[in-house]
Amino acid sequence: MLRTLWYSDRLRSLVAQVALLGGLVGLLFWLGNNTASNLAERGIRTGLDFLSRPARFPISESVIRYDPSDSFLWAFAVGIGNTLWLSFLTIVLATLGGLLLALARLSGHPLLTRLGRSYVTLFRNIPLIVQLLFFYGIATSVFPAPRDALNPVPGVFLSLRGVYAPALEIAPGGGLFLVLCGLSLVGVALALRSRHLRGRHMPRALRLVLGVAGWAGFCVALWAAMERPIGLDLPELTGLNFRGGTYLSPEFAAVLIGLVLYTSAFTGEIIRGGIEAIARGQWEAGRALGLSERHIMFRIILPQALRVIVPPMTSQYLSTVKNTTLAVAVGYPELGLIVNTVTNQTGQALESILIMLAVFLTISLSVSALMNLYNARIALVER
Amino acid sequence: MKTKMKILTALAMPAMLLAGTAQAQSGGTLAAVKERGRMVCGASQGTPGFGAPDDNGYWRGLDVETCRAVAVAVLGDMDAVDFVPLSGQQRIPALQTGEVDMLPRTMTWTLQRDANGINFTTPNYYEYTGFMMPKSLGISEVEGMTGATVCVQTGSTTELVVNDVSTKHDLDLSPVVFDNTSAARQAFFSGRCDALITDAGALASVRASMADNPDDYIIFPATPYADALTPAVRQGDDQWMDIVTWSIQALIAAENFGITQANVDEMLESDDPRIRRFLGTDPGNGAALGLSEDFAYQIVKALGNYGEVFERNVGMDSPLKLERGYNALYSDGGVMFPLAFQ
Repeated sequence: MLRTLWYSDRLRSLVAQVALLGGLVGLLFWLGNNTASNLAERGIRTGLDFLSRPARFPISESVIRYDPSDSFLWAFAVGIGNTLWLSFLTIVLATLGGLLLALARLSGHPLLTRLGRSYVTLFRNIPLIVQLLFFYGIATSVFPAPRDALNPVPGVFLSLRGVYAPALEIAPGGGLFLVLCGLSLVGVALALRSRHLRGRHMPRALRLVLGVAGWAGFCVALWAAMERPIGLDLPELTGLNFRGGTYLSPEFAAVLIGLVLYTSAFTGEIIRGGIEAIARGQWEAGRALGLSERHIMFRIILPQALRVIVPPMTSQYLSTVKNTTLAVAVGYPELGLIVNTVTNQTGQALESILIMLAVFLTISLSVSALMNLYNARIALVER
Repeated sequence: MKTKMKILTALAMPAMLLAGTAQAQSGGTLAAVKERGRMVCGASQGTPGFGAPDDNGYWRGLDVETCRAVAVAVLGDMDAVDFVPLSGQQRIPALQTGEVDMLPRTMTWTLQRDANGINFTTPNYYEYTGFMMPKSLGISEVEGMTGATVCVQTGSTTELVVNDVSTKHDLDLSPVVFDNTSAARQAFFSGRCDALITDAGALASVRASMADNPDDYIIFPATPYADALTPAVRQGDDQWMDIVTWSIQALIAAENFGITQANVDEMLESDDPRIRRFLGTDPGNGAALGLSEDFAYQIVKALGNYGEVFERNVGMDSPLKLERGYNALYSDGGVMFPLAFQ
């Protein structure tokens, strides 16, 4: 009996796994215990009760509203908001940029191909942080001081403080106006596509112009009838700085431009690789059927290429989310900068870093899960 | 250099996890330093006057010499020191994890820091938080700063001051917060911000070392309150704390006794019992601290008294040209107060 057990493969592997798991748990327990006693010995306060205390430190800009009297917990939320916003914009823009870059490199046009290749070489081989500092240096040195701000279009000001542009000011009823205006646009679009109208002998361009003009007229009339529910809030120079309007800070601009240009070089190569992985025969078959190059690319090649593109693209998106932490170098308050500040103000480094770890893990796992879902949908279904 | 510092912070975490509880460093810093033969001090990332390497890579500054004073007392050699540049945010973990033995780095003595794992010794510089602005803006007091953009660096108490000042005077200041000292300064000089906020002494240092024409900039107080910049040590090592405290005090006491680097040898002959005890001619003080009896003599012999250290690094003999102000002896109207060496 014992002999059989001794030679049982299943039992052996079970014992090995239990031992490994036990060892791992033991190690973690030892680390945790050791840390706790070290912290206690050095008189370092631990625990999460600091999260509810007022943060008191300023955050330069945020997607979510923030006031220094808010709690540390809220400050973390503000940092997460900024990180997500930056990651989202970068991923969307870098994917589009990458697509354009890949198409340029595959176009067969000598100038476009070479430009594309030089772009990839240049941006992929310079460390991201150097690029960020470079763009920040540009953003804070080429523009004039606020007093002498460039004013290319009325209401838009370019200066060292960033870009100030008019903002939409939505009065009560503004929401209703936007909804009505949007619905009428949908209506016009539907009408333009309907068989009934198409049947008439009217040139396509003329129909389009008439439709848009009609829609615009309706909206303006509605705007006047509703007593101007939407206005423009123009920025104005008061004292040392502009007030009002929307605002793009040099920090955000530098980080976004830097991240998008850098990431595009990678996504461009991933997309190009995916497209080139599709057998030449697919192109030839498309041409034999008389399809245009554009149709072959978007209807035949790209859908198949996606299967190759999506897995490496997922890794690229994950890197991009993590790369946003470099924004700390140019003073954009993403989560990393907030964590630094909180650590310094409270001295509770371990808790703050653990929060940052948890947040990035959650974001990365979510991105990864979404991409896997998408990958499953586009994967080749065998019937 | 940047990478090196990032690595340092990164190392602080695992160090906390792995360090054995019965670690020698948390107990006998004195023994550890003697065995190593060198002291390790946290230093700034470059604040001329307070702590920065000169053209030859030799560290100079008020904070640096405070550290050297301790090295003289413990090791008898003011050059037996290694300086580790730390950002405002790295400095406290670096001290707590044993990366540095002492932290003289323009750090304000605050209740939160004191209660949270470090011990402050004795102030080596009193200071107010100030704003620096270009004179061309025509503003010379906080009340005129409505709407100003302020460059701030993290890891300092000034972040909180910006908010307090803005709320108190209803100024609507917009802060731009940087992780790194030099980024904040460059942003200010490029015109990204109207003002730079930090300790007034550091502002004078920045103005002297980075401005094209220092006279184009004005420095004024941000609050009516002064702060005590104080070297700190780890908690839980009372002997080491005493040694650092009294080494700094030796500089101040020497000035009070009128002992200078030049006359310290003559002073050994003094009849004044206080001076005799101070210099170790009459023994007792050194043994009590676990140091040699003439540690104070050695400090003054190597570095001079507090006044000499001040003038050489930040005062009239330096590019910073700071007045003694608060940092004069109590007998001259300042708040530097020598404790009793007996």
